[in-house]
Amino acid sequence: MSHRSRELTVSGLSRVEGEGALRLTVRGGQVDRAELNIYEPPRFFEAFLRGRSYTEPPDITARICGICPVAYQTSACNAIEQACGVVLDQPLAELRRLLYCGEWISSHALHIYFLHAPDFLGYPDSITLAQDHRDIVERGLALKKAGNAILEFLGGRAIHPVNVRVGGFYRVPARSELAPLAEQLRQALDLAVSTVQWAASFDFPDLEIGYDLLSAHDPGRYPVESGDLRSASGLSFPACEFPDHVTEEQVPHSTALHATLDGHRYLAGPLARYSLNSGALSPIAREAAASAGLGVECRNPFRSVLVRAVEVVYAVEEALRIIGSYQRPDRPAVEVTPRAGTGHGVSEAPRGLLYHRYALDADGLIQAATIIPPTSQNQAAIEDDLRRVAEANLGLGDDALTDLCERVIRNYDPCISCATHFLTLTVNHA
Amino acid sequence: MTGQPAVVIAIGNPYRRDDGIGPAVAGEIERLQLPGVRIVMSDGEPVGLLAAWEDTDLAIVVDAIRHEPPCPGRVHRLTATELDTDAAAASSHGFGVPYAVQLSRALNRQPGRLVLFGIEAADTDAGSGLSAAVAAAVPTAVAAVRAELRAGQR
Repeated sequence: MSHRSRELTVSGLSRVEGEGALRLTVRGGQVDRAELNIYEPPRFFEAFLRGRSYTEPPDITARICGICPVAYQTSACNAIEQACGVVLDQPLAELRRLLYCGEWISSHALHIYFLHAPDFLGYPDSITLAQDHRDIVERGLALKKAGNAILEFLGGRAIHPVNVRVGGFYRVPARSELAPLAEQLRQALDLAVSTVQWAASFDFPDLEIGYDLLSAHDPGRYPVESGDLRSASGLSFPACEFPDHVTEEQVPHSTALHATLDGHRYLAGPLARYSLNSGALSPIAREAAASAGLGVECRNPFRSVLVRAVEVVYAVEEALRIIGSYQRPDRPAVEVTPRAGTGHGVSEAPRGLLYHRYALDADGLIQAATIIPPTSQNQAAIEDDLRRVAEANLGLGDDALTDLCERVIRNYDPCISCATHFLTLTVNHA
Repeated sequence: MTGQPAVVIAIGNPYRRDDGIGPAVAGEIERLQLPGVRIVMSDGEPVGLLAAWEDTDLAIVVDAIRHEPPCPGRVHRLTATELDTDAAAASSHGFGVPYAVQLSRALNRQPGRLVLFGIEAADTDAGSGLSAAVAAAVPTAVAAVRAELRAGQR
């Protein structure tokens, strides 16, 4: 079977947010092409933002992704605040981090329980998983709700939060208002630790990635809402140098642009974040990681579910820490006066590094906008994994190989800006 | 009776042209300030849908749909039973409403009654603003949602 020409086309990928298509071409026992058309770059939004006010990107870019709107809002705010020479008051920066923790909890819980776990437990989807193990799915639901509670409380609503603005928030809560949220998060912490223990029992296929890793770095703590950049290869640079190091280029075996870091392949996302920052985890998250068998770094994409589970523990613990020391800020936002210049912003979206750049004129009108999301950066790494896994498993039938390839893709929790197409699965032979 | 009276859930993205019909209809309903009616904006993510409609007597979902043969702007009314059987091809959000209906059933978290108003879209490319046929359907869809809410109160 492996010696004839073979083409596997998956025109829709199940349990991946949005639409996606995968095409594998096999010739002479080798995978000739592995193309994943899963990500639609936010080019429309970049064009749409031109000529608009510096105050608008948080609201507009939040629409790019319903699963991670806070990431888009935050990277946008970071970039515009940098362009305008504004630094957030510390209590406002902490609130922004708290909101972001809500998004991590919500997004990771969705992926772990409803998209990824069925792969490891032999279920076609979370509906059938819920029929057999309702308690497990209920736990995932409760965890996701705890994340959503932060988003709704601080962001105004869970989808496309409306309380975020350049310079901070429209409204900040009184300390007393946070008590019910803290109670919900205390219960969520137990659920999060149980999730790590549960995920540690999964059977993980062998796969080790050798390429570079890139994540934000926030001295002394796990990177979430801001930071400089660090790579496993020893690079260290501020967000404003991102375009000097990360470039997107055409490659022969794929139609998608591939991002490189100083000319070489790299990966962003939970594996990169964890491997470069595991020493900065909170005590309970660190203990959970150790007891789950995670070392200081993790380079197996199948184990990303475990890393996400550890990050949920971290995000819950971090949210509780921020609430515990919270004092209502003196003002809900720092005043931001526009000026001509360019600003760069990064933050760690649940799926990895999200970079925004805005060039403003003296009136604060946007002259140019660039958005580089994590899925677009990881495209090359996903295709490489697909090629390696498919090549090692060419003896499998089409259905089993398709299933395995879909699992490889789901390891990265890839996103697409907005899902407006049907998901249908067809496999065609060459 | 399960808890809160009614929720109107709008699915869609106003920056994908006609995909914004759900938010446009829900925006009109929101302006009416109807007592006992919650408005929720959604991206169609099923766990979020489940959370939005559990513990409600009546859940009304408004979404853009595709239909063959097409008639942009036509408003379809579907019940939970219809969504459960063949509406996997009805919602424009694949991992969306039908999945959420089935997940809700598996977890016993269905609303008392679930109705989906699907408005046939013509253009779901990136961009803002509804196409003329779909924009013209907004009053019809708003009236249908209001009638459903009134029926729910009886």
